[in-house]
Amino acid sequence: MTDIPVGLETLRFVFAGHRPTGVFAPVLVGVVGSGNLEVLLEPREGSGCELHIETSARGFGSIWEAVARDFHERHQLAGIRVSVNDMGATPAVVSLRLDQAVTELVL
Amino acid sequence: MQATVWNTKVVNRAQRLARAAEALGKNLTSKRVATDAVVTLLESVLAPKDRVCLEGNNQKQADFLAQSLMKVDPQRINGLHMVQSVLALPEHLDLFEAGIASRLDFSFSGPQGVRLAKLVSAGQIEIGAIHTYLELFARYFVDLTPKVALIAAHAADAAGNLYTGPNTEDTPAIVEATAFSGGIVIAQVNEWVDGTTTKLPRVDIPADWVDFVVLAPRPNFIEPLFTRDPAQISEIQVLMAMMAIKGIYSEYGVQRLNHGIGFDTAAIELLLPTYAESLGLKGKICSHWALNPHPALIPAIEAGWVQSVHSFGSELGMEEYIRARPDVFFTGADGSLRSNRAFCQAAGHYACDLFIGSTLQIDLDGNSSTATLGRISGFGGAPNMGADARGRRHVSPTWLKAGQQARAGRPGAAGTPRGQKLVVQMVETFREHMQPAFVERLDAWTLQEQAGMELPPIMIYGDDVTHILTEEGIANLLLCRTDAEREQAIRGVAGYTPVGLGRDRKMVENLRDRGIIQRPEDLGINPREANRNLLAARNMRDLVRASGGLYSPPKRFRNW
Repeated sequence: MTDIPVGLETLRFVFAGHRPTGVFAPVLVGVVGSGNLEVLLEPREGSGCELHIETSARGFGSIWEAVARDFHERHQLAGIRVSVNDMGATPAVVSLRLDQAVTELVL
Repeated sequence: MQATVWNTKVVNRAQRLARAAEALGKNLTSKRVATDAVVTLLESVLAPKDRVCLEGNNQKQADFLAQSLMKVDPQRINGLHMVQSVLALPEHLDLFEAGIASRLDFSFSGPQGVRLAKLVSAGQIEIGAIHTYLELFARYFVDLTPKVALIAAHAADAAGNLYTGPNTEDTPAIVEATAFSGGIVIAQVNEWVDGTTTKLPRVDIPADWVDFVVLAPRPNFIEPLFTRDPAQISEIQVLMAMMAIKGIYSEYGVQRLNHGIGFDTAAIELLLPTYAESLGLKGKICSHWALNPHPALIPAIEAGWVQSVHSFGSELGMEEYIRARPDVFFTGADGSLRSNRAFCQAAGHYACDLFIGSTLQIDLDGNSSTATLGRISGFGGAPNMGADARGRRHVSPTWLKAGQQARAGRPGAAGTPRGQKLVVQMVETFREHMQPAFVERLDAWTLQEQAGMELPPIMIYGDDVTHILTEEGIANLLLCRTDAEREQAIRGVAGYTPVGLGRDRKMVENLRDRGIIQRPEDLGINPREANRNLLAARNMRDLVRASGGLYSPPKRFRNW
């Protein structure tokens, strides 16, 4: 059994980061609502930047990968876990939320 | 040798009028026809295969006459050739199913587009052509002149003068063509006035051009098409509006413009008194408009941004606000709006320096279309608004700058100095349900094959588009010099769509270095500052408040 509701797709991307975040208080931005998403940033062991995505829109893995890669290229964060709860947001909204979350990050 | 008869139309008209007078008897008083005798009137003035304009505008509908036309005996009246701008009501197509009409020339079918496509493939409608509004009006005066026009007005006096109300729309163009070519004009009205104790607020159509007037049992239907609830504007749309204002309106000093309808352009209107004001642009952009009275423009008008607005039609709920702002809107001596679709389309085409609007699909050549499979919808006025006015000769700084960018360094005729209209397509890279707005091949091509059209139904041709604006950036197509550059400029703002992901990254960076592609940060815009709080009104209630209570939204928009 899994606690993931039927119909959700789970994706995971890990990049090697160069900007260690160290310890920080978790950051939450956005809301889980139609066409929107929630982004949670938490510290993570090691130098990786991990994106864990749960999305209600199935079949867009390659777009998520491109969005995640561009996010990482912009910020190069290390030692961070980014959890995304998506309800069919467009890539533009996803990128905006990710950037908003990083802005809130107090390092 | 037999002498040529030169007045067959005059004679034919007199015969039809005499037939109507005889059939109506005491149901006809001067020009007034008893409401329940309207089918008799139609059966006596119409003949098979007549060319008929059943006034269907973008907004105002001659709905009672449409329902009445459905009641004529198809044995007597059949094969009519309908020439009308908009197919909005079910009756507009019922006529073809009943055999009363068989041929159609039109501009826009909106909600009837799916059914129209089915009737065409079943052979029940023969389409002459799909026109722009101006094109169809032009043909009213050449080879599609109506024999009978069935129109809608608000009120008539005893003589038959008509007051259209603020939604004058197509009526003057239709009546002009019909009344001056031996045709017959029949009007439905919501109210009678006697002309002595009660008078029309003003005369929009003189009695001399009207043959019959009938009181409709219900006021004519009007659709509030141009109201957008600011509550539904997204932060991505705010971002794109900021880019439009800073990257295009400010860059070219756009003073005279037309906005397509949608949340994208509503966002621009609502950022004028806030974001644009903060950039010091007041008085430098957006002073003269060819535009329906968009409620979203109220805050900009109130903040003193807008000098004039001429309108194609009106908008429900805006009547009292317009009446209170006669310096801005075109109004009669009575105070109410006088709209006119033909003149406003001409204004948008020849006197505006910029059109900005949205679309469903854009291809790699910059061609765009809202045509989708299984629908025949037409484009209304968009192709005229979104086209360079090749006959234009007066200059403005905006027009000259666009023309200079397009022509610099080109030889021969392509380099002859002239201006160009700015035509901006503003789209999010993905529409709802993750439908990409950028495609390798427009659905229009498949639709052409399916419907057997001579040309694919393209709304705005790529060679008329000057800028494509998405959340990823602005592509300035004026500066592109080869098809390959143009393609990469388009891919370069197409985001994560397959077209966008297929970009040549090096070439796109080169285009960015040359200013052909501009990202938000290149314009000094931080996407994280794109916030709904920048909107001068964030919901319908804010719009009402901004209007000082003069704007009265239709019920369906009263969500507070």
